[in-house]
Amino acid sequence: MPSEQKLGSAIVDTVFANMVSSQNESSLLSSEGDSQRTQYPYVTGTSVIGIKYKDGILMAADMGGSYGSTIRYKSVERLKQVGKHSLIGASGEISDFQEILRYLDELILHDSMWDDGNSLGPKEVHNYLTRVLYNRRNKFDPLWNSLVLGGVKNGQKYLGSVSMIGVHFEDDHVATGFGNHLARPILREEWREDLTFEEGVKLLEKCMRNLLYRDRSAVNKLQIAKITEEGLTISQPYSLKTFWNFAAFKNPTVGAEGSW
Amino acid sequence: MTKEHANWSPYDNNGGTCVAIAGADYCVIAADTRMSTGYSILTRDYSKICKLADKSFMASSGFQADVKALQKVLSSRHLIYQHQHNKQMSCPAMAQLLSNTLYYKRFFPYYAFNVLGGLDSEGKGCVFTYDAVGSYERVGYSAQGSGATLITPFLDNQLKSPSPLLLPAKDAVTPLSEAEAVDLVKTCFASATERDIYTGDSVEIIILNANGVRRESEQLRKD
Repeated sequence: MPSEQKLGSAIVDTVFANMVSSQNESSLLSSEGDSQRTQYPYVTGTSVIGIKYKDGILMAADMGGSYGSTIRYKSVERLKQVGKHSLIGASGEISDFQEILRYLDELILHDSMWDDGNSLGPKEVHNYLTRVLYNRRNKFDPLWNSLVLGGVKNGQKYLGSVSMIGVHFEDDHVATGFGNHLARPILREEWREDLTFEEGVKLLEKCMRNLLYRDRSAVNKLQIAKITEEGLTISQPYSLKTFWNFAAFKNPTVGAEGSW
Repeated sequence: MTKEHANWSPYDNNGGTCVAIAGADYCVIAADTRMSTGYSILTRDYSKICKLADKSFMASSGFQADVKALQKVLSSRHLIYQHQHNKQMSCPAMAQLLSNTLYYKRFFPYYAFNVLGGLDSEGKGCVFTYDAVGSYERVGYSAQGSGATLITPFLDNQLKSPSPLLLPAKDAVTPLSEAEAVDLVKTCFASATERDIYTGDSVEIIILNANGVRRESEQLRKD
């Protein structure tokens, strides 16, 4: 971990030094440096979780848009349809997600204009997103998102993930952000190939509830999306029942005085 | 005036270990299938091995997005070569191409640690080992990635490679049989898995010989 951080920051510092030296005094004093490049995210969405189940893919995300430590927006739709066969879930900078949706809109439009009876499947869309994110990372101007891409085409289920620097993979269950730490372990224990829709939803809700307890940027208003060969549905927003009377919540430092 | 520091890194280490061993008439290329980030495992079933040509397989660990981009660049260059020359690239030719491709990005490197394995034009096993910016050499065996420091000394001991300083140069390919070499590779990964947190889950082994390609897979510890 340290060595590529050093390598990365050495390269990034060289690039920034070249940029900064060519600018005048006043922009050196400005707090954004080169204002054309993404430095930090502003409005962010938290975890997205996706699982394969018997008939297709299930994905869950809450509807929060945080502005740093403020939960500024509570009706952000982070799950969206992409063409006939795919579903995208995004975490990270919301405005970058909106731009990605515009790229995808154009991609699907051009694909449909070929009018050749073929349509882009989830694997193709995932690959396209990977290339877009990787190329932006190469230009030191990333789209600050972690994306989950799922879908079904010709009976084949597909579920993949891609991060803001282009790291991508596919698996039976994926999650972004805190979901990697809190949801994936649950999924590793309880996911099965032949989950029914009801079982899948219960499993996702278990993960989302866990995130609600422990992720401070989570909000209790979520959507679950389902995509199968037949089509896609995104649920109406709803809330999870929570229980706050666990002994561990009420007396967290029992057995470990001085801890928190 | 303090310089601004970026708060994101264009690189990440997704871990993993790669090994290749050259024999008199075979080559073994192996890599684990774990993909990690930080202290998390992203997936337990990700292949780090890519077939670049009929007789050239590349195993790469490091930053996965760069590895994938590198694989794509080399594959498409090979396709162009086939169109222009009406034949497959030889392993030593692919080795040079990989070196040039890596050096091309000398000032924003592919964070990829590669081992290229295959058969040369005489049918003998060949292994080429690289650093991130294209420095390479033909060797009898090599390990790269997070578990390389654990595996290389073991391979040095087991394969008893002759010194590269000897004159006349002694052949570096191992006299071990194919089955013995595959078993040795499995042992290497089992050992590296014990002590390296980024290595584990399973190991994918490709065996190249005159009869073609064979693929084996062995489960490793998942902790």
